[in-house]
Amino acid sequence: MKAPARSHPLWFAFVLHRLSGLGLALFLPAHFWLLSQALTNPARLDGFLQFAEIPLVKLAEFGLVFLLAVHMFGGLRLMALEFLPWSDRQKSLAAGAVGVAFLISGTFFLKAI
Amino acid sequence: MLDLRLYMLQRLSALVMAPLVLGHLAVMIYAIQGGLSTAEILGRTQGSALWFAFYGLFVIAVSIHAAIGVRVIVHEWLALRGAALSLLTWGACAGLLFLGLSAVFAVTVQ
Amino acid sequence: MTVAQEMLDVTVHRGTSRGAQYDSFQVPAHESQTVLDVVSWIQQFADPTLSYRFACRVGMCGSCAMMVNGTPRWTCRTHVNKVAADGKLMIEPLRNLPVIKDLAADMDPFFDKWTAAEGHHHPSQTRHDPIVPIDPTDAARAEADLGVECINCAICYAACDTVAGNPDYLGPAALQRAWTLLNDSRDDGHAGILDAVSGSGGCHNCHSMGSCAQYCPNELNPMRAIAGLKRETAKSFFKGKRNA
Repeated sequence: MKAPARSHPLWFAFVLHRLSGLGLALFLPAHFWLLSQALTNPARLDGFLQFAEIPLVKLAEFGLVFLLAVHMFGGLRLMALEFLPWSDRQKSLAAGAVGVAFLISGTFFLKAI
Repeated sequence: MLDLRLYMLQRLSALVMAPLVLGHLAVMIYAIQGGLSTAEILGRTQGSALWFAFYGLFVIAVSIHAAIGVRVIVHEWLALRGAALSLLTWGACAGLLFLGLSAVFAVTVQ
Repeated sequence: MTVAQEMLDVTVHRGTSRGAQYDSFQVPAHESQTVLDVVSWIQQFADPTLSYRFACRVGMCGSCAMMVNGTPRWTCRTHVNKVAADGKLMIEPLRNLPVIKDLAADMDPFFDKWTAAEGHHHPSQTRHDPIVPIDPTDAARAEADLGVECINCAICYAACDTVAGNPDYLGPAALQRAWTLLNDSRDDGHAGILDAVSGSGGCHNCHSMGSCAQYCPNELNPMRAIAGLKRETAKSFFKGKRNA
């Protein structure tokens, strides 16, 4: 009914930080569980690593690396906002965080394919 | 819902993780070249005290950080509160710690 | 020679938190018409039972804020042609507050939180003491000056998604007032203020999404004030203070 006031850059930065954090939190248990198979069931881990050679899975990996990078750089912006003297350049900094995250995850993707 | 104590835990765990995430990103970009295998991963990490400390600290920090983050999201989006919310926070923290430390032991300890 | 009167297509929230509907009105359009002019026209010429709140009509009293096409605005200073180029207006009571009737939001939770954040003056001297001069160039005074133009309109409170998801959260306006008082050399309530903003509904719930600053009609920045509170409470944490 009442559409909230939205769609300004720092609100999008908040949504991106929240969704990337949620995505990483949901991904972590699977990530941990698979690695814990390295000793007890190396065939399963190797089987998955072969599955990860499929291009579509590589794209998903790129997405995960992007989530991690954008959550970290976005989080560093938030902590700078909170603990350092105020800066009026928050929109530029938020855009910069997304840019750096894209650069890093893009590098990962190019090395992966 | 987030008092000063939880807030500081959230921010301090984030500060601890910042260099660890950078390291993890670098390792991923390095290791993904030419594909991954269990033998390659274990060859790098097994028996290494450094990787044990690196990823052990990482797992502890991320368990705290993610549990508090999930607590905030579940409260704001699903309106969970009170004892159930605390149970979820500590349950998420304990679950991630257990799974994460299992993984760290599996790949670094002989 | 007559020109066909242009009309605005206005949808208005009617009813209370217990039950509501939407009524449509055709309102004559005029040049330099404000949203408050539109609401007043409806009440005076179409439906005298419409309830809404206003007082000064010049952006000083903070009582006429409403949701206009989904965005919180001070209606007395909002020109229709700036927010509804297509002539369609949806007018609702402020978000995140109970509704008394139609367009009048219940401001009690907003001001209760203002009080809970210790948003009132804590005297450091009596009327018998000499007046201590205030240095306007002092850094703390400059920080306090950034927040003094708040008119308590609750637009930031309505804009904030954190308030929407977390009903105990004190909200941008109350926290900005706490920060202003914390930086006021005449205020003697510093420890009490830091306590008040460190509880479970305190400043640490803010996610710095900045909708408060985005929509504040006086262009204040509660997000910046709340960041200041986080910094000061974090300092107090390292000095051995563990909770509220």
